[in-house]
Amino acid sequence: MPILGADMSAGTLVAWRKKPGDGVKRGDIIATVETDKGVIDVEIFVSGVIEEMLVQPGATVPTGTVLAIIREEGFRPVAPPPAPPVPGRVRISPLAKKLAAELGVDPATVRGTGPGGAITREDIEGAAGAKPAPARPAVEMDRQARMRQTIGAAMARSKREIPHYYLSTAIDVQRALAWLTEENGRRPVADRLLYGVLLIKAVALALREVPELNGVWVGDRVVPSEAVHVGVAISLRGGGVVAPALHDADRQSLGDLMRNFRDLVQRARAGGLRSSELSDPTITVTSLGEQGVETVFGIIYPPQVAIVGFGKIVERPWSVEGRIVSRPLVTATLSADHRVTDGHRGGLFLAAVDRLLQEPGRL
Amino acid sequence: MTKDEIRATVLRVLGEIAPEADPASIKPDVGFREQVDLDSMDLLNFVIGLHSALNVEIPEADYPKLATLDGCVQYLMAIREGAA
Repeated sequence: MPILGADMSAGTLVAWRKKPGDGVKRGDIIATVETDKGVIDVEIFVSGVIEEMLVQPGATVPTGTVLAIIREEGFRPVAPPPAPPVPGRVRISPLAKKLAAELGVDPATVRGTGPGGAITREDIEGAAGAKPAPARPAVEMDRQARMRQTIGAAMARSKREIPHYYLSTAIDVQRALAWLTEENGRRPVADRLLYGVLLIKAVALALREVPELNGVWVGDRVVPSEAVHVGVAISLRGGGVVAPALHDADRQSLGDLMRNFRDLVQRARAGGLRSSELSDPTITVTSLGEQGVETVFGIIYPPQVAIVGFGKIVERPWSVEGRIVSRPLVTATLSADHRVTDGHRGGLFLAAVDRLLQEPGRL
Repeated sequence: MTKDEIRATVLRVLGEIAPEADPASIKPDVGFREQVDLDSMDLLNFVIGLHSALNVEIPEADYPKLATLDGCVQYLMAIREGAA
């Protein structure tokens, strides 16, 4: 069961999309799981042949649980010697252990028939004289309540563990908006760009200049990422938020980024996000301007080390070449991890975002 | 296409974007965004949906004319008649 975010501790297998004996290659969807973030398609990261499914649809298992065994391409299996049972210790799979608890079976009283005498699901079912437990509805408590609970846990961990610092700057977006109007006038309706895509691309490119903001915290140090996978905060209908990744956002044209962003929003709201989209973000961008918010004080989403926020566009007096004029301004904010960067680097990053938005045609 | 057919098309496209919205409860003279939780992506999808359903070109500058159900119907009737 993949970990699709710092706030995820378990998931429910909804369905297998492959069967034993099927060949799979990296990137294939092999299963669908349900998490607090919705129904997610699980991708495979190796190529090979599926040998065995270890978890049945309907089962809720902790993250890290092995769902299936896949024999990788070129792998020559060597049968390990059967491990002798350790006296006093019961060898039992997590699934069988969970089933035992549900059926009221003491694993110590069951003779295991699996490898090395391990107790299998079938052993437990046999001991209980029970048929396989029917798939239970994944939603055992209100989805919204669970999502709030998991978001709360992740944010509490973030504020507890990450020494945040906050910076903000006002950016004149007149050139960006004028360029966008002209550009969209040339594009067919289905290819038009949203202003938010300019912000995402500007952030992605600015990270090339301040790359230490792009990465994840692992153990006691930051692991910088060469790839820029921008997590975009997407509000869900009925409440809640997810922030799946736009992969390699710095390398995509604005047209491609827009198409992928549109697809991502559609799948986030209707179901069908991929596991890598939830696990890969290296930074998050959130925009609350459409909700009337002027300034966003973001909380970093662990294990990332920064989040960038954008507020609404407001017309304000602005000094241009010594004259006070009215300009559309947006407040960009950076919340960053002080273990990784300081305000100086953060300030350079926001300045880079500003500079990039003054030349929208080069984004 | 009649006015009622255009109205039904607008509500169908809106329903595809915001399934939680009850078409019967949409007030025709009140802004969609005041009645349904729509963001800029939803509005873009709304315009794309109208474009596909009615085969009409809607310039970005005309988006404000689509703010209400009545406004939508009036605008779409007009451009389908080539008088927008």
